[in-house]
Amino acid sequence: MPQQGPSWDLVADIQLLLQFHFMQNAFIAGTLVALLAGAAGYFVVLRGQSFAAHMLSQVGFPGAAAGVLLHVSPVLGLIVFCLAAALGIGWAGRDLDAGHRAESAAVGSILAFSLGLGLLFFRLYAGSAAGIYSFLFGTILGISDRDVQLTLVVAVLSFAALALIGRPLVFATVDPDVAEARGVNVQMLSIGFLVVLAFAVAITVQIVGTLLIFALLVAPGASALQLTARPGRALALSVALSLAFTWLGLALAYFTDLPVGFFITSLAFATYVLIRAAKGAALVRGGRLRFREPSFATPS
Amino acid sequence: MQQMLALDFMRNAFLTGGCIALAAGLVGYFVVLRNQVFTADALGHVAFTGSLGGLLAGLNLLIGVFGSCIAVALAIGTLGGRGRGRDIAIGTVFAWVLGVGVLFLSLYITARSAATGSVGVGVLFGSILGLQPFQVVVASITGIATCIVTLVVARPLLFLSVDPDVALARGVPTHALTALFLVLLAVTVAESVQAVGALLIFGLMVTPAAIAQNLSARPWLGMALSALIALTVVWAGLVLSFYISFPTSFFITSLAFLAYLASLAGRRVVRRLA
Amino acid sequence: MRDEVRLVDKKPDGRATAAVFDRAAVRLGGKVVWRDVSFEVAGGEFVAILGPNGAGKSTLLKALLGIVPLTAGSVKVFGQPVRRGNDEVGYLPQRRRFDPDLRIRAIDLVRMGLDGGQWGVPLPSKSKQERVEEMVALVGATGYAQRPVGELSGGEQQRILIAQALVSGARMLMLDEPLESLDLNNQQAISNLIRGICQRQGVTVLLVAHDVNPILPFVDRVVYVAGGQVVCGKPADVIRTETLTRLYGAPVEVLTTSDGRLVVVGQHEPVSYHADH
Repeated sequence: MPQQGPSWDLVADIQLLLQFHFMQNAFIAGTLVALLAGAAGYFVVLRGQSFAAHMLSQVGFPGAAAGVLLHVSPVLGLIVFCLAAALGIGWAGRDLDAGHRAESAAVGSILAFSLGLGLLFFRLYAGSAAGIYSFLFGTILGISDRDVQLTLVVAVLSFAALALIGRPLVFATVDPDVAEARGVNVQMLSIGFLVVLAFAVAITVQIVGTLLIFALLVAPGASALQLTARPGRALALSVALSLAFTWLGLALAYFTDLPVGFFITSLAFATYVLIRAAKGAALVRGGRLRFREPSFATPS
Repeated sequence: MQQMLALDFMRNAFLTGGCIALAAGLVGYFVVLRNQVFTADALGHVAFTGSLGGLLAGLNLLIGVFGSCIAVALAIGTLGGRGRGRDIAIGTVFAWVLGVGVLFLSLYITARSAATGSVGVGVLFGSILGLQPFQVVVASITGIATCIVTLVVARPLLFLSVDPDVALARGVPTHALTALFLVLLAVTVAESVQAVGALLIFGLMVTPAAIAQNLSARPWLGMALSALIALTVVWAGLVLSFYISFPTSFFITSLAFLAYLASLAGRRVVRRLA
Repeated sequence: MRDEVRLVDKKPDGRATAAVFDRAAVRLGGKVVWRDVSFEVAGGEFVAILGPNGAGKSTLLKALLGIVPLTAGSVKVFGQPVRRGNDEVGYLPQRRRFDPDLRIRAIDLVRMGLDGGQWGVPLPSKSKQERVEEMVALVGATGYAQRPVGELSGGEQQRILIAQALVSGARMLMLDEPLESLDLNNQQAISNLIRGICQRQGVTVLLVAHDVNPILPFVDRVVYVAGGQVVCGKPADVIRTETLTRLYGAPVEVLTTSDGRLVVVGQHEPVSYHADH
């Protein structure tokens, strides 16, 4: 842990920050995570699938625990479990919507079961409490070289996939009927995106943990969409916010020795609140809405 | 069985777990009926942060849990938020609440050093075998009290949940009843946190109620079934964890989940036969 | 008892007055919905409440139910000031259908109309059970009363809700767009059912409708709400070009089609966002 506090000299501080191997790993993985989470997060908010992200991450928890238990990378366990869950959601056909009674009850039951299973795996491993916390709330410690390599592979693959399907995905999200008529395979796109989302969730859990996934995978996209309705700009803004949260969060956690999850969620929350407040103020001052909000992002 | 009940902590667990299960099953029936599953989830998050905040402030853990849950439940009621899982604002707020909880946890562990690291695990995943005597008393009494109050208001609450417009016209005090239910929900969440933990609340509050609603569309039978299923799951989980040293809350959530799958399958079979 | 005798006005034909509006006005969110509304509904009458979207038709019912307070004047139901929870009044609000996953039996919903507002666990009661079953039979819903209400069709749900509205012993039935979102056959069946209840049971019916045609043959009187004002009278007197033009303050024409249906043309329906959805 840090021997010195920050000196407020940027160059020196960054040197200080990166002097240890674990912090280098955390920053490399964190950067990849932030890039993918920011990009995927834009689509998550646009498609109103923040709940699916929440669900995937919780189902990933026993995966991480199983990865630890079987002495393979926890990231691998996360990927396997998240992928299985994503395909399950895709197979179930309709979007799992928390607004419906039967579905929210089903989802709630699955979530409780998977978290209980994760707890069991951790107990079987006889791991310390800290081990559980790091997968629930994220950590800056313990990201191994192998995890970084896996993250790199996953991030590159996911980015390639997003670049490929991004444009028809926006079309299919905004206007599924017309997209379908124009020959876009909406169903396949939906499942394809869920797979990308599963990858994004699996690697994001390393930094912010299972429970705080909203901070990196939803909040940046939601903030960006509050500010602009242009897809390109919103996507870039979402990635930028996500990178800023991650880098700042990692640095603050390093220098204060407090949990990284706290800083990232606080940054995400504060940004979202500020933007909403600014929007509210603009609304009052100008007597009308300055920023545009895509109406399809909020379910009626 | 005798061997099991000879142990003080097992007797405590059966008593407390039973009272909590009855309350969770009964209140949970309305949670599912009123579609407030994600309000319960959100309150679970608050319970985590509240209990650790209470500990950090040097207060009793119970004061933190009950205080924070009731305060937030009333705030949700006042703001009219429905706590739907899809709502981004709510998701972001509650991720932050958990983030603050982690901060408290880390501060608490640093302050007390060593051997307290598992206190957070207890809050997250429940620690029914490690209840302290005062927790047993408080949890049992509030559990029973919650059941009684719920039963007293059950009929108008049912009316309000199913048919709010007509209930209003028929003179049901809708605002007061909604607020009262949120308080009942908060108390039950705070209770359930002690049995199954903040993260596994669904297993005790939602799954038994969902099973009951799969089995019967009769409201009063449904309530009774929900409470009974919750009770069975908790007691069976305790017995299993006595013989197999896996975490109790793992058994509780797994049993509940298996029963839920069975009820779904059963409903499908019945529908096909009909 | 003496009070009641004094309060209930007897009409010349011996029928008691069911509802009286006397220079009533309602203001919602700072805007006057309607004012200076005065009309009477006789016991056993079938009254249609018509008017454009957002004119305050539902508000008229809510004033009668005591849900929306008056800002001026008075409203009386069966000679008494309005109050919530009046057993003599049955209410069927404007609504969408129940969720398909609502796992409550139809008969439980009807029972709620009887004692759903009371505190405490209900004890088994044979008389209440019989009363509920009697109402279910009256609306012809016995065949599906034991099924979860979410699984029933729109027409079936509507019958169950009418039974619920009647079960407390209602002598007045207030129905807010009961025919909306039903297909033609069900519109016919439900409006026949309502007429039967009105004629055979002597229940006063106030029915809010968008389109008067499905119920035109049975309507005794029409209450037309538009432009913050209300006109009341026989259908033929109210649904006329002159009356409606005066009410709307703009040229409106009433046409009769070859099969006797009434069509209001040139109706300037302002784009309105219903506050009471």
